Amino acid sequence: MSGHFRMFKKILIANRGEIAVRVIRACHEMGIAAAAVYSEVDRAALHVLKADEAYPIGAAAAAESYLNIPKILDVAGQACADAIHPGYGFLSENAKFAQACADAGIKFIGPKASAMGIMGSKTRARQAVERAGVQLVPGTSRGLDSFEQAGEVAEKIGYPVMLKAAAGGGGKGMRLVHTPRELKAALEAARGEAERAFGDSEVYLEKAIVNPRHIEMQLLADEHGNTVYLGERECSLQRRHQKVLEESPSPLVDADLRRRMGEVAVRVAQAAGYTNAGTVEFLVDAQKNFYFLEMNTRLQVEHPVTELTTGFDLVHLQIGIAAGEKLPFKQGDVHLRGHAIECRIYAEDPDTNYVPSPGKITLLTAPSGPGIRLDTGMYEGWTVPVDYDPLLAKLIGYGQDRQQAIARLTCALDEYFVGGIKTNLSLFRRIARDPDFRAAQLDTGFLDRMLKQREDKPDDQQSAVAAIAAGIFTALASEGSGNSAEANGANGATSKTPSNWKSTGRAEALQ
Amino acid sequence: MTYDVTIDGKNYRLEATRAEGRWWCRLDGHEIEVDAIVARPDVLSLRIGNKAYEVKCERVANDLHLWVRSTRFSAEVRDPRSLRGRTRAADASGPRKLSATMPGKVVRVLLQEGAQVDEGEGVVVVEAMKMQNEIKSPKRGTIQKVLVAEGAAVNAGDVLAIVE
Repeated sequence: MSGHFRMFKKILIANRGEIAVRVIRACHEMGIAAAAVYSEVDRAALHVLKADEAYPIGAAAAAESYLNIPKILDVAGQACADAIHPGYGFLSENAKFAQACADAGIKFIGPKASAMGIMGSKTRARQAVERAGVQLVPGTSRGLDSFEQAGEVAEKIGYPVMLKAAAGGGGKGMRLVHTPRELKAALEAARGEAERAFGDSEVYLEKAIVNPRHIEMQLLADEHGNTVYLGERECSLQRRHQKVLEESPSPLVDADLRRRMGEVAVRVAQAAGYTNAGTVEFLVDAQKNFYFLEMNTRLQVEHPVTELTTGFDLVHLQIGIAAGEKLPFKQGDVHLRGHAIECRIYAEDPDTNYVPSPGKITLLTAPSGPGIRLDTGMYEGWTVPVDYDPLLAKLIGYGQDRQQAIARLTCALDEYFVGGIKTNLSLFRRIARDPDFRAAQLDTGFLDRMLKQREDKPDDQQSAVAAIAAGIFTALASEGSGNSAEANGANGATSKTPSNWKSTGRAEALQ
Repeated sequence: MTYDVTIDGKNYRLEATRAEGRWWCRLDGHEIEVDAIVARPDVLSLRIGNKAYEVKCERVANDLHLWVRSTRFSAEVRDPRSLRGRTRAADASGPRKLSATMPGKVVRVLLQEGAQVDEGEGVVVVEAMKMQNEIKSPKRGTIQKVLVAEGAAVNAGDVLAIVE
C-alpha cells in the first residue's frame, strides 16, 4: 500500500478556532508541519499559538481574510504547503476554492470541485440523488420561479411546507409555512435572507415533516473507488434549525436501519463521484421512513462522536485519502462501540434570547475525567472576537452505553466554567438532566418544548452560601493585602474584578 | 464588616469578621463559621461545617454573578453605612436608556430622534457574530436622543438611545 503515495510535509489550515486546533493536532500526530492563517483580530487566537507557522491574511471581516481565496493561496505558496485543510464553514464547501487549489497545484483536503458543485446546491443535489433512485422529501428539485408556482406546489404536496435556500446551511433562508396566507411573506423573507447570507436568492420548497428526527450518516471515500459508512449521528436537538447537541449511535436506529441508511448514503456519494469525508443528512419520520435531506461536503462540527464510537480518527483519514492512500479498512471492519454525546458550547446568552456574547474570558475551568474529550479554541484571558461564529468549544462525553455517557457529560458540564462572557453551558446542564432526554425521547421539537417548562429554582441553602461568599469576596478585596483575591491575582483584569465590584456596590448605594 | 447583600432578589444582612484563619459570619442573625480560602483569583473554596462549596465570582457587562458549584446567582453588595434611599426612578415615567446587550456593530438605526415609539418596538439593530439583534424600547414614548450612528462599534452596556 505504501510507496504509491507521498505523504504531505506541510498543511495549511484555512480556518480558525477549535477546528483549526483540531487539525493542527492531527498534523503533529502524523509528523506534518502545520501552518495557520489569521485575521487582524485573531493574532492571539489559540490556533496561532499551536501552529508551527502563522500567516496574517487580512482584516477581521471574513470576506477579507478567511474567505479571501487569492490571499490564502498566496500564503499557501509562501509557506510551500503541499495541501490545504479547510475545516468546516468558511471555504470548506466552496467549489471555486477547491478548483483554485487544484489549479495552483495544492491538494485540497476534501472532495473534488465537481462533486462539491453538485452537492453544494440543494436543488442540484436533489436532482442527482433522484436519478440514483434515493427517496426524497416531496417537493421541488428546482428553484421557485414565482409566488404563484410556490402556491401551486404547496397546494399539491399539502401544508405545512418548508421553504429552503438552495445554497443554504445553518438554518439561513429557511421558513416553515403552515397556511397559504403566510406563503408570500415567507417566500420573500427566505429569498432576502438567502441573498444576504449566500449571495444567491434561489429558494425551493419541500413538504415539512412535523417533528422529524434529524439523523446523518458519516462517509469516507478514497480516490480508488472505495466508499464506507461509519455509522449515524443523531442531530435532532436543534434550535432555530441549528444543531445544539449530537450523539452516536442514534437511540432510534437499529442495525437494520443503519445498514439501509448507510447503503443509501454510499449510493448518494457515488452518484456525485464523491471522495474524502462527507455526511449525508436524512429526515426520519415517526414510522422510521427516511428521506435524503442534503449532503455536507466537509468534515462536520460533530465528527468527534463518530471518532469515539468507531475508534477511527477522521482527520488522519482525510489527510491520508487526500495524499492518495487507500482506505485502510473495509465496511466489515467498522463496528460501533459505546456511546458518545457532543455539546456545542457557544458564546451566547441563554437568558436573553441567545444573543451572542463575545468578550474577554476572565476565568476558565475545563472539565476532565474518564470518557471526556474537549475540543476547544479558547483560553483564559483571551477575548472572543465579535466577528465570527460564536462556537467556542465542543464537549464530548463517551461511555460504554448512553446512560454512562450522559452521567459523565453531566459531571463534566458541572465542572466546566467560562467566566466573563455568557455561554450556553446552563442549557446543556438542563438538557442532561431532562427526563425526556434521558429517556431518548428526541425530535427536532424537543428543545422548544423543554425551554417552555419552568426551570428548577436553586435552593435557599445555595443562595445563603452565595450571600456569604459575596461578603467574603468584598471583604478580601477591601483588605487588598495578605491572603486576598487581589494579592493572588497579579495578572491583569482578573485581579480587578473584586475592586470593580466594590466600586459598583458603592455607586449603586449612592444612587 | 457589615454588608447588605441581595442574591437573586433576596436580601440578606451579613456581618463577616476574619479571626484566626476563619470567618465568623452572622447571616440574618444566624451565626455561621466559615473556612474560606482563595483557590485562585475569583475562586473561593468554602467549608461550612463539613460541607464544601466552590464559589466563583464573575462580572459580565454591568452584572455581578456568583456561581455556587454550577448554579448562577445575581449578586449586589452594599455597605449599609453609605447613603441610603436608593429607590430607582419609577419604571413607567421619566427617560429610559436603551443599552447594547452585546458588543458589536450598529447596522441600522430604525427610529430617529423625535419619533414615537411603542413598548417593545425595535430602535437600533446591532450585529455580532453573524447575528442581528434588535434593541427594543422598554416603554411607549418619544425617542429623545439617539447616541450612535450606523457603522459604530459598541460594547455591551453602552447606551444607544434614550426614550422619554
